[in-house]
Amino acid sequence: MASRADRRAAAAARHRLLPGGRVAGPMLWIIAIMMFLTVLAAAAGLGLGAAVQSMSADLAGRASVQVVEANPQQRDQLAARALTALRGADGVQAAAAVDPALLADQIRPWLGEEATSGDLPLPALIDVTLTPGDADAKVARLRRLLGSLSPALRIEPHAAFLLPLAGLLSALGWLAAGVVLLMTLATGAVVVLAARGAHDSHRGTIEVLHLMGSTDVQIARLFQRRIGLDAMLGSALGFAFAAFVILLIGLRLSATGSELLGAVSLPPFSWAVLALLPVAGVILATLAARWTVLRALGRAL
Amino acid sequence: MSAIVQFENVGLRYGLDSETLSDVSFTLAGGGFYFLTGASGAGKTSLLKLLYLAQRPSRGVIRLFGEDVVTLPRKRLPGFRRRIGVVFQDFRLVPHLSAYDNIALPLRVSGMEESEIDAPVTEMLNWVGLGDRGQARPATLSGGEQQRVAIARAVIGRPEILVADEPTGNVDADMARRLMTLFEALNRLGTTIVVATHDLPLIAQVSGAQMMRLDKGRLADPTGSLRYPPRQQGSE
Repeated sequence: MASRADRRAAAAARHRLLPGGRVAGPMLWIIAIMMFLTVLAAAAGLGLGAAVQSMSADLAGRASVQVVEANPQQRDQLAARALTALRGADGVQAAAAVDPALLADQIRPWLGEEATSGDLPLPALIDVTLTPGDADAKVARLRRLLGSLSPALRIEPHAAFLLPLAGLLSALGWLAAGVVLLMTLATGAVVVLAARGAHDSHRGTIEVLHLMGSTDVQIARLFQRRIGLDAMLGSALGFAFAAFVILLIGLRLSATGSELLGAVSLPPFSWAVLALLPVAGVILATLAARWTVLRALGRAL
Repeated sequence: MSAIVQFENVGLRYGLDSETLSDVSFTLAGGGFYFLTGASGAGKTSLLKLLYLAQRPSRGVIRLFGEDVVTLPRKRLPGFRRRIGVVFQDFRLVPHLSAYDNIALPLRVSGMEESEIDAPVTEMLNWVGLGDRGQARPATLSGGEQQRVAIARAVIGRPEILVADEPTGNVDADMARRLMTLFEALNRLGTTIVVATHDLPLIAQVSGAQMMRLDKGRLADPTGSLRYPPRQQGSE
């Protein structure tokens, strides 16, 4: 069994075989930039995915019932009947009338003070929270129930309002996943090119090693170690900078106070996934380097 | 002594050119000392390349250590190469490694522990008279010094066959004599020596050596007092 000093000396000897520090000079920085962009894209994908999930969970179980009746007295009576019917209906967890003052406050910016004058008939609103599971069927049942009470009662699931936005966020999430995939392929291609370049520039040394009885695997290890080290440093740099930028963006999103933007968050699981990206990058670079060098060596005798 | 190298009707052609080597057949006995001679361009280096497995022949059979190396799978070649030491005509020292590291290369390739490398390398450096130049890079060494490093590198792994292509081309007469003495010493220890040279006086210095002469890619008739063809298996 080799001692630690022996292993250190052997590693130093191997290091001397491929001169010039880094194998391909700028590869460390290229990998750092690639990793930075990959982590950002992955964070965007994960964040948007979390937002879509959060919106879906939040919206799928909620609906609004509108009481579209111009006569205020009849409207209030109808709203009370609807509320009672909803509270007793299957699949309804909670139902609450929306305060007309709150409603007036929300539409005042668009309609002005007339909104609260009473001249403009506003529908009464009831917020309905459904029990979990199969929201579409429950909404359909409630629609039938409310229809039997009065044609002036309309139920709208919240998911329907934000469906296009959820679709957009979902598409952006998939786009981010595509970018991650492309960056992975690009990183692999960069490593292949760097390994080929390194192989070509050390052709003389490789030939001598071959003629002394070096195996392809022995020679490939020299390159994969060096490229793996470059990839490790580059990935760590890229990840650290990307994490800093993500935290910064997170702070800015929180500062907006927007519920929608606030939904774009990175839970611990997402951070764990992001932290795996540099590891995957190093493994990818090492394997790509090994494959490239072994393939090039295989063409020689 | 048993045959360590056998060539049977070996031909070598580079690309579409005419054959560089044609119908070359010979047998080298293990422990023998052989000179390969011939004019420039006769095919000496090509023949040596076949011998140290840098090239496969276009036709014919080559047996090394009793195995057909022409059809040998590529992955088994390193094992054979480790049994052959080579002194290249152009030395082929690794330019960014010190003389010490160049000489240590075969030992490291064979997987020897670092703690066991220093003693033989230092001994070898002293043996070729470069004890104080161990850390020098090849570019700072003279042609003769580079050649001695190349020779030390070739012999440090105690190869079963030592192949040397014009090993005395860059050294003075005194160093050439010392190198031949070194080769003879190795030969006495059992290493089969094959030296390509056109230095006939040098050949005459080694008693008992045999000579093959290449002429335009073919083995030619013997010249001088040296026996030709080499002793066949079982002829001793």
